[in-house]
Amino acid sequence: MTTNRRDFLAAAVTAAGAAMTPELPHAHEHQHDHEHQAVPSDLALRVKALESLLVEKGLVDRAALDTLIDAYEHKIGPRNGARVVARAWSDPAYKQRLLANADAAIAELGYGGMQGEHMVVLENTPSVHNMVVCTLCSCYPWPVLGLPPVWYKSAPYRSRSVIDPRGVLREFGLDLPADVEVRVWDSTAELRYLVLPERPAATENMSEEQLAALVTRDSMVGVSKVAPPQTGASA
Amino acid sequence: MNGIHDMGGMHGMGPVQEEKNEPVFHETWESRVFALRRAMGAWGKWNIDVTRHEVELVPPADYLRMSYYERQFEAFLVLLAKRSFITPAEIKDGKPGPGSAVAVPALTTQKAATLIAKGVPTNRNVPATPRFQAGQHVRARNINPTGHTRLPRYARGKLGTVNRDHGVFVFPDTNAHFLGEKPQHVYSVRFAARELWGEQAPQKDSVYLDMWDDYLDPA
Repeated sequence: MTTNRRDFLAAAVTAAGAAMTPELPHAHEHQHDHEHQAVPSDLALRVKALESLLVEKGLVDRAALDTLIDAYEHKIGPRNGARVVARAWSDPAYKQRLLANADAAIAELGYGGMQGEHMVVLENTPSVHNMVVCTLCSCYPWPVLGLPPVWYKSAPYRSRSVIDPRGVLREFGLDLPADVEVRVWDSTAELRYLVLPERPAATENMSEEQLAALVTRDSMVGVSKVAPPQTGASA
Repeated sequence: MNGIHDMGGMHGMGPVQEEKNEPVFHETWESRVFALRRAMGAWGKWNIDVTRHEVELVPPADYLRMSYYERQFEAFLVLLAKRSFITPAEIKDGKPGPGSAVAVPALTTQKAATLIAKGVPTNRNVPATPRFQAGQHVRARNINPTGHTRLPRYARGKLGTVNRDHGVFVFPDTNAHFLGEKPQHVYSVRFAARELWGEQAPQKDSVYLDMWDDYLDPA
């Protein structure tokens, strides 16, 4: 396969365009009464054309694609991680298991699988703050946090987290005192990291479920803390 | 390779911008790219390191201009052709070439569910003698391979301390090029921020990287 990459991609663009006969640019700028639908982007057309081709060749099953998408759009997300965190806050023995063998402890709650095959949990304390990045691509613990947000995969986060973690944290609204030790975990291998944030004050009487509702995705990546409950919210 | 993907420590990329109430996918095509890559991966004609390297091969200016899923799509197209799943002519015509065989999809809905639940473990239960142990001082090798590596530039040549041994894993530098899994120990290695970035870095701060045996020398 010696096709030059640019030629190849250019051909793909042309092909998808020919196959899908896209609207001319600006063709939709006029007023229209029918229900508005965004003009499909060139990229959307190209992806659609490729999917049709692969389906026609019997290489992919559309129902399997739907299964994958549905799982990460509707079932697997940061609520999973929040339940792990709430359990660890509520049950000291579970927390010990979680820190010693994250895979097994997370599996106790029924979570695990793709891009979370090898998990490590990092405990934040008043003196140590952990945060997670993947400078080389986008590694992220899917079974407990779902797919990563755009900022996590972005050049600013990937480039700066390792050289200026405190500056990045300030952009997330977290200004750490100088005496707190910052540990940045660059996910360079197949280990996936989940931060166990500090349990906030004024939560002593909360149930595990109430605690889980407080836990944010960002706190489990380590770019923020979990805020104490709003006064009166749980009254 | 010393590519644009190896971003750790670069300046000039701007502030981190968080989107409130961000959807999992912003557009339908992004979700299709996400799923197509997994569905085609089920054919076993590549591995995760191959797919990562293909994204790294997107030319630097394009890499920075493109969105995440756009990069993934462009790399995926190239990979499909390299592994002979599709031809440039088929891409051009948008339909299977004449006489092209009709396959039976490798990834069924049932296998998709299993893939989600079980993943694709990359540890290997093979005997491999660890070269290092927790507490040992190490120096990351100064290597500059033109192929795939997971040793970022910012850590090369730097002194660190082994924090823990994660066990034996597939080695990406060979696996990405179909040169075998070469299973070996992976360690969590702590690098002081000052060792990486100089005296202006806070004294207690550090960066932990996961490093294969082949990335390290005793120090």
